[in-house]
Amino acid sequence: MHIDIDTDTCIGAGQCALAAPGVFTQDDDGYSTLLPGREDGAGDPMVREAARACPVGAITVTEPGG
Amino acid sequence: MTELTDIGGPAAQAGPVAFPQDRTCPYHPPAGYAPLRDGRPLSRVTLYDGREVWLVTAHATARALLADPRLSTDRRRPGFPSPTPRFAAVRDRRVALLGVDDPEHNRQRRMMIPSFTVKRAAALRPAIQRVVDGLLDAMTAQGPPAELVSAFALPVPSMVICDLLGVPYTDHEFFEEQSRRLLRGPTADDTTNARDRLERYLGGLIDEKAGQAGPGDGILDELVHHQLRDGTVDRAELVSLALILLVAGHETTANMISLGTFTLLGHPDRLAELRADPALLPAAVEELMRMLSIADGLQRVALRDIEVEGTTIRAGDGVLFATSLVNRDTTRYEDPDTLDFRRPARHHVAFGFGIHQCLGQNLARVELEIALGGLLTRLPGLRLAAPAEEIPCKPGDTIQGMLELPVTW
Repeated sequence: MHIDIDTDTCIGAGQCALAAPGVFTQDDDGYSTLLPGREDGAGDPMVREAARACPVGAITVTEPGG
Repeated sequence: MTELTDIGGPAAQAGPVAFPQDRTCPYHPPAGYAPLRDGRPLSRVTLYDGREVWLVTAHATARALLADPRLSTDRRRPGFPSPTPRFAAVRDRRVALLGVDDPEHNRQRRMMIPSFTVKRAAALRPAIQRVVDGLLDAMTAQGPPAELVSAFALPVPSMVICDLLGVPYTDHEFFEEQSRRLLRGPTADDTTNARDRLERYLGGLIDEKAGQAGPGDGILDELVHHQLRDGTVDRAELVSLALILLVAGHETTANMISLGTFTLLGHPDRLAELRADPALLPAAVEELMRMLSIADGLQRVALRDIEVEGTTIRAGDGVLFATSLVNRDTTRYEDPDTLDFRRPARHHVAFGFGIHQCLGQNLARVELEIALGGLLTRLPGLRLAAPAEEIPCKPGDTIQGMLELPVTW
């Protein structure tokens, strides 16, 4: 799984970090970022939920080859 | 009116529904909105001044349009809908964050987001718990009974936001009263005067902070000593930001605490379920926010023509979002009028959606969890001290909540 965060679009609402705290966090400036070692989503079923919860559509989730 | 029966169907007879309307039951949308439910994704409604605007009621449509940059929140633009006369009276004033579009909005929001992250909200838990415990100590020392709005629902968020911003809580009677007049003063003059007084007060506070050698630890202290000093923000803009943070920071959460408590007391089975399993609290808070939708009727104006499912919103048209109906869209939520802590309540639009989604939502969630959790734990016999139908709730043209909440235990 590949997770892409558009930090120019991110408004720091933190909804990704709330939905999937095992994968997403917020950096010191409040922007969404991936936790170290979890860049591939770590098989967390809430990753897609986090992308859907983003109010500005800043998170794109893609499956390799699909 | 019987002579009209030949002219058309029921909708044609009735004409556009008036918006906003008062709620009959404080935790359900007004009965008068029934014709707007589960039909078209958006309908025409009539405002107090007779103007017709669009009202968005479907969940998917609302999320798409709230994230659409062709809709503006700049109330100074021609065609921006005024839901009340008092709103019309201050339409020309600059309103930070929720009244500006990108790129100005983006610059303002980026100054604020480090202070409102999920982590920062979680770090405030011990401080919020102390506030809640202190107020409950005072309530139990003096009662029962108690008036819950003044004894608890208002002071909890008011104390928390004061501490966070660096506003002295000793001034709370002043700013709470001015906020009340700003949001629901009886006349347009009330609103204008309240805005003036709050701006003067916050301007004075900012000047005072700017004169201090070392900054205090509030958000306003940070902004004064960094962004104001280096020119990222000017004084007028900082006053406007401070006003939004202070007013939105206490009024909305206070309403959720009072109306949330009233709703729980009206659902004894759900209340018992929550007491038996406190781990349900976060889900209960989310479900209460969905069901109560206290900020009903978010406003926008179209900057360009927008095609929406066979309908054209024309440039200059006013567009409102009925969060109370969007959050009860039956295509999104099963049995939406039922309070159910086991449902997935996620993706509600009680905090809005798009770039203007509530800045303080993570703080609000933590405050509500601790405040409602504290009430239930400390007051196991909590109940209304007056018949539910006699307890006054706020009129439909402002943020929804209880005007008073007499309780005993």
